[in-house]
Amino acid sequence: MKSGLNPEMHLVKNLYGKVERIPTRNGYGDSLVELGEKNENVVVLCADLSDSTRASWFADKYPERFVEVGIAEQDMMGIAAGLAAVGKIPYVSTYGVFCTGRAWDQMRTTVAYGDFNVKIGGAHGGISVGPDGATHQSLEEIALSRILPNMKVIIPTDYLETKKATTESSKIYGPVMLRFGREKVPAITTEKTPFRMGKAEVYRFGKDVSVFACGPMVYEALMAAKELEKRGIDVRVVNMHTVKPIDEKAIIKAAEETGGIVTAEEHQVAGGFGSAVAEVVVENYPVPIKRVGILDRFGESGEPEELMVEFNLKSTDIIKAVEDVMRRKKR
Amino acid sequence: MKHGIDEMKKIAKEVRKDIIRMTAEAGSGHPGGSLSSVEIMVSLYFHVMDHNPKDHKWEKRDRFVLSKGHVCPALYSTLARRGYFHPDELLTLRKLGSRLQGHLDRKKLPYLETSCGSLGQGLSIAIGMSIGFRMDKKDQKVYCLMGDGECDEGQIWEAAMTGAHYKLDNLCGVVDVNGLQIDGFTRDVMNLEPLADKWRAFGWNVIEVDGHSLGELIKAFEEAGKFKGKPTVILANTVKGKGVSFMEHKAEWHGKAPTKEEAEIALKDLEALE
Repeated sequence: MKSGLNPEMHLVKNLYGKVERIPTRNGYGDSLVELGEKNENVVVLCADLSDSTRASWFADKYPERFVEVGIAEQDMMGIAAGLAAVGKIPYVSTYGVFCTGRAWDQMRTTVAYGDFNVKIGGAHGGISVGPDGATHQSLEEIALSRILPNMKVIIPTDYLETKKATTESSKIYGPVMLRFGREKVPAITTEKTPFRMGKAEVYRFGKDVSVFACGPMVYEALMAAKELEKRGIDVRVVNMHTVKPIDEKAIIKAAEETGGIVTAEEHQVAGGFGSAVAEVVVENYPVPIKRVGILDRFGESGEPEELMVEFNLKSTDIIKAVEDVMRRKKR
Repeated sequence: MKHGIDEMKKIAKEVRKDIIRMTAEAGSGHPGGSLSSVEIMVSLYFHVMDHNPKDHKWEKRDRFVLSKGHVCPALYSTLARRGYFHPDELLTLRKLGSRLQGHLDRKKLPYLETSCGSLGQGLSIAIGMSIGFRMDKKDQKVYCLMGDGECDEGQIWEAAMTGAHYKLDNLCGVVDVNGLQIDGFTRDVMNLEPLADKWRAFGWNVIEVDGHSLGELIKAFEEAGKFKGKPTVILANTVKGKGVSFMEHKAEWHGKAPTKEEAEIALKDLEALE
């Protein structure tokens, strides 16, 4: 069986060195500007957060296709549906807590039930929002969006993948929820790295345990795998950027071939990404699973890096989870 | 094709009878608010709006958003009587497999512009359509029917601000002011008055009419169409349960279907109307 990094993924050369760090939200902003140029139907909406969501980059260039709605996320979600109804491709831009929380009924009943071609950019996902604290740290949006019929949910791992995902979302019909973050995170992919919506990508081959990760946790998983290699454990790392529709085949294959699974997300594990993976595992090929993520706690203020340690979201936590799964595999 | 008032009066009577037959057959539904909104929908679909029953996707059509989705029996009947589909289908309302869901589903019934049912959401959708038309320099109109009880929802007022902020004079809202909601009179449940002043304060052109007068409604829609610089809202004063003696002004008929016997009395009441 193959081992080590998957060369077909064309990850950055210095992956294990000092990797450049860029916020994923910049990928959203840069993609919107490109989309504005390429597709005159693309419009962007914002609820008084245009700078921090990077929607302002589009607004500066295409003010006639930018709609500011003020601090009114519910109204914004409905307006987006109306714009979609007359042929536009609207990108709703706000924080993850607000688009999936404040405007959840609008996302459910108007957008998803109506199956309007609305794209939802959920910024400031996860605990790493930092000092703003629990009210602004979005830890629920995967759960809240993946349960909706017609909705697609994507959590890109880095800047470039966010850019690719945003661009891809404009090419398919129907509601899409994109989750990205505020902080600078390792830019591990390159232009050549494939991004196929709905397709999990094996970034590192491995036979002992598979780690399924989304968002910046993919980097933590790769670092964990490198450390575990020294301890004689061969870890598969899968970037599962699309949580819905989920790549069931990749999960079942991993369960069959490695016999143990770890999931990693910067989100509540209850109902979130880890739950989505576990659902597929238990229904198809039950093997030991350990979910790394937020464990039924609200966030709190702190520096992003401190919080990642405090909430057990570092590569060291993934290492512990893999070792736990290894022990349970042997029983 | 614009229908005359006498013809529309007859159509309105048929729509009212449909509402009774449909809800009685379904054994559930919302006859009260459906009956109060009949003239509003009939005047829009038979006189005011540009649309094409032979080509429901006609790109240049005006758009109608029914925000108070529970009164869909009135809309289904209006669409059927206007030629979008055969009126026989009306009796499938609320039944398994029917295109006529208990609240609007645009995916099942393609003649609907939106899926609506959770209150307060339609005006925002209508605003999105209006902004989209303006971006494309199209002169189509957008109409949105809300309930007065629905105006309890905060999102209506978010949308009211947005409509005025963007000076959407291609948008016309209508509030079916029947004075009742599920728990009783609107003035007791959550007082809305002064409703006209509220809309004015939010920056809208307000027109108050008798919501059962086709003539007044049509005149108001024409006035709204010409008004520049602000969106218009028509406050249509109506009677909940209009035309059925035992339903008029009764909150209990908001969401209760008539029995077969009650339906017979109701149909007689409606037949006797002028």
